[in-house]
Amino acid sequence: MSIATVFEVALAAVVLGLGIWTIAVRETYSATVGFVAYGLLVALIWVRLDAVDVALTEAAIGGGLGGVLLLGAAARLRDAAPMAAEAPGKSVRVTAAILSVLTVVALAGAVLLLPDPAPTLAPKAVANASATGLANPVTNVLMAFRAMDTMLEKVVLLLAIIGVWSLAPDDAWGGHPGPRHQADPLGVLVFLARLLPPIGIVVGIYIFWTGANHPGGAFQGGAILASMWVLAIMAGLTDTPPVRRRWLRFILVAGPGLFLVVGLGGLWFGAAFLAYPPAQAKPLIVGIEVAMILTIAATLGLLLTGAPERSVK
Amino acid sequence: MSIARDIITIAAVSAGAFFFLAGTVGLLRFPDTLTRLHALTKADNLGLGLVVLGLLPQAASLRDGLKLVSIWLLGLLAGATVSQLIARTARQGEPAK
Repeated sequence: MSIATVFEVALAAVVLGLGIWTIAVRETYSATVGFVAYGLLVALIWVRLDAVDVALTEAAIGGGLGGVLLLGAAARLRDAAPMAAEAPGKSVRVTAAILSVLTVVALAGAVLLLPDPAPTLAPKAVANASATGLANPVTNVLMAFRAMDTMLEKVVLLLAIIGVWSLAPDDAWGGHPGPRHQADPLGVLVFLARLLPPIGIVVGIYIFWTGANHPGGAFQGGAILASMWVLAIMAGLTDTPPVRRRWLRFILVAGPGLFLVVGLGGLWFGAAFLAYPPAQAKPLIVGIEVAMILTIAATLGLLLTGAPERSVK
Repeated sequence: MSIARDIITIAAVSAGAFFFLAGTVGLLRFPDTLTRLHALTKADNLGLGLVVLGLLPQAASLRDGLKLVSIWLLGLLAGATVSQLIARTARQGEPAK
């Protein structure tokens, strides 16, 4: 057994243990911290599987953004009045147990009955990589071979932000999301919020740009840009924009909108919906991704800041 | 030459791992927030610094080396800021003496 195998077995054991602990622990806050650590360790597993693109996304979303959202929810639950403990009846508990066991059996059966070797489209994706002029097979799959899925995912992001906004009280509708943060102007948070964004913006754009040929892409880069924006908001250096602003809404629909326009263009001029003409495939894909990184950064930032709470004065 | 580089790597990464171990033991064993932070920052600063120092001789190019050093610097920045913020919150939570 090589030292890498020992490391992998230990990593898998820790992730499993952490997953069980996250479910079993009673306090919401501890469960959230466990979940964040779980996300970061799962990202390490993706790195060991040579899926660096997935690892970057998992670290940014599972560890970072999801963790922040859950921490906010945990803080809100702690502040709220404790709800009356309603113990579910015996029949509900028995039904839940039976359903859980059935799910486990179905999942275990699906895993054990997988054909060997597993059916894969990976060789085809690699063989057709030259069609788009991009060297990163993951970007090829996301932006060309399965572009429809990616476009619909961006629409889902848009629906998510509409869902968050719809939680706004009537008088704050269209107003600023979240509280107005105040921080000591000479404090360390403000210092970080001035120092880090120039570095973070360069890193975010680099991750996006290198995604054409190496691991990276619009989602990972957009998550970094969003975190820089949220850092500046939390340090009180800038306020969240009122969500009724037209430029903000334009940015939010820019990514899926441009994607849709290019897709319809493929239907009009080319062979099918989302068919890129081979000569212009790379500029078209990069153009869509430029619009998408802005949309993703704005959407993730607004998801973190939450529903509008203050009306525009 | 390669053996000398490997010796530097093994020595520095082992020392870094020792600081991580010591920092973790301190985090688990020390009695209050401020001393626990003190233990944690040793792991962040010295542990990560020594690991990066040990990996530098193995870097394939100057670019990779610069990336490693910038990871350490960003880790330092994040660690220093977060421990300041936690310490300030912990002191505000204390009853005034």
